[in-house]
Amino acid sequence: MLHIVVCIKQVPDSREIRIDPKTNTLIRQGVPAIVNFYDLHGLEEALRIKDEFGARVTVVSMGPPSADKALKQCVAMGADEGVLISDRAFAGADTLATSYVVALAIDKVGKEWGPVDIVFCGKQTLDGDTGQVGPGVACRLDFDQLTYVEKVEHLDDSKKEIIVHRHLEDGVERVKTKMPVLITALAELNKPRRAALPGVLKSVRYQPVVWTTNDFPDIDRAKIGLKGSPTIVGKTWVPEPKKVDTQMLTADSTDKLANELLDSLFGTELPAKLGWA
Amino acid sequence: MAEERKKPAVGLQPENEVDWSDYRGILVVVEQRDSVAKKVSWQLLGESKRMADKLQAPLMALVIGHHVEQLAHEAVYYGADKVFYCDSEELKDYRTRPYSKLCLHVIRQYKPEIVLFGATYTGRDLAGAIATHLPTGLTADCTQLDVNEERLLMASRPAFSEKMLATILCKQFKPQMATARSGVFQALQRDETRTGEIITVDPQMPENEIATQVLEFIESTQGVNLEDAEVIVSGGRGLGGPAGFKVLQELADALGGVVGASRPAFEAGWISHDHQVGQTGSTVRPKLYIACGISGAVQHTVGMQHSDYIVAINKDPEAPIFKIANYGIVGDLFEVVPALAKAMKSRKKGNPQGVGAVIGDAVAAAQSVHN
Repeated sequence: MLHIVVCIKQVPDSREIRIDPKTNTLIRQGVPAIVNFYDLHGLEEALRIKDEFGARVTVVSMGPPSADKALKQCVAMGADEGVLISDRAFAGADTLATSYVVALAIDKVGKEWGPVDIVFCGKQTLDGDTGQVGPGVACRLDFDQLTYVEKVEHLDDSKKEIIVHRHLEDGVERVKTKMPVLITALAELNKPRRAALPGVLKSVRYQPVVWTTNDFPDIDRAKIGLKGSPTIVGKTWVPEPKKVDTQMLTADSTDKLANELLDSLFGTELPAKLGWA
Repeated sequence: MAEERKKPAVGLQPENEVDWSDYRGILVVVEQRDSVAKKVSWQLLGESKRMADKLQAPLMALVIGHHVEQLAHEAVYYGADKVFYCDSEELKDYRTRPYSKLCLHVIRQYKPEIVLFGATYTGRDLAGAIATHLPTGLTADCTQLDVNEERLLMASRPAFSEKMLATILCKQFKPQMATARSGVFQALQRDETRTGEIITVDPQMPENEIATQVLEFIESTQGVNLEDAEVIVSGGRGLGGPAGFKVLQELADALGGVVGASRPAFEAGWISHDHQVGQTGSTVRPKLYIACGISGAVQHTVGMQHSDYIVAINKDPEAPIFKIANYGIVGDLFEVVPALAKAMKSRKKGNPQGVGAVIGDAVAAAQSVHN
């Protein structure tokens, strides 16, 4: 049976984060924690494969103890097991340190519940927006990586082959590769299901497996958390809101209005830059 | 004091004492398809030229692909002092393993202190793999790049849905790596008189070791490339239905642009997701952005507020979109947009006053007499 791991992250819903206009700092209070939007598309695809071929779906997340809610949500949707990697020593990790721990965890998942065939990640997180952890994990596991996938076209569970569509700026690439493989999911991949009653009932009592640094005897403590992160945040600032002197245009006919706007635009550098001149 | 500085309290330390002093210069990894370079590659060379001058270090480019020799010369015309170039059949299409192996080989042999990629799907895929292998720090999606007197790359990027900017540093490892957005930086003027050294590099991975096969590339015909667009005409809830996008398309065609959309328009099923601008869609920086029937919720404006010029057309004079627009028109987009398309078409037909002549035929005639 296929074994699929889905990596998820609980994130603050960054759409809800506001800037305090007085202090120019982020207001994090009251911001809801959600499962990273793209990760749910990864989970949904894993569950679809499970529905069609039969598979074990293990969800892995690194985060604080309160992230168990995110894993319970995944179990409610149909995942078989949730693993929370949680330890203060992991805090402050950048993408390099994160991918180290997540890869160790997936390796351990493989030893506990059978070799892993596919890893799904979201294309990026809402709070970090880097998209770097997926490729980092693939590298460390020595899996092939297929990023920005919008469709799983074909899967052969006996030959362990998969064909996916990768989304690119100018088109779509059909790519075939052998498992094990790591896939990062786009929103176009599917529509995540709502949890059905049996899953919801299971999730109520469900407690995720929790692993700390002690569960990884060979872990290199120099490579985890803030200490294991090569990048540091130098400074953060709120960009000055664009100072726009909005010019409201009016005219007594629509044609005149249209030309008034074009006159204004033709008075800028736009015609030269856009080749209108 | 200087010794203390070498060991900061935070940050991954190299396993052994490493002397990074022979890492010099900036390397830009050029992205191409079918021997055509992505614009962002030349834009990065332009921005890196400024930084390389500041560092008094060479500007380098890496060109990978099949039948890409011309691109190696182009890289010189766009500012590179030195171009590494690898041309081989199995490198025709981008695949993570052979490309990353080649990049690692070049980085280890020629030791740039900074390596930059376009923050494209391919650039982000490749950079993520390379940074993990090296290992080194990688900053994603930068919109500002600079170097300081300690030769540190100050890579700045938007954070928290573009509400903040953060400068990221990588002090303990070389090269310092970043991906940077398309459309933010200026390419140098292409100059065929520029000269540079072109160095051929051997491929590092034979075809039979590569599991991944690119079966086919389907160029998007219906899809839209918002990131590279210089003019975007976007529609929102105010369009009322899919037919409204036909009206926008006509204006976009007249302006040499493409059609975008806000999230409500996408969610109503009026247009496909690749047109969506904003939080869960694309971030764009066109030269001209025309928002039609878009109220201007922050989820939308984070994705387009850095456009050079913003025009807003909306029925509601209180719509927040007007606050960030250079020009605002309160009116019915179904009247204003077709009028704009018509006026633009007649101006392009070589009539510089266009329909504008309707307003001021007599005035213009009078002026031409005076002039």
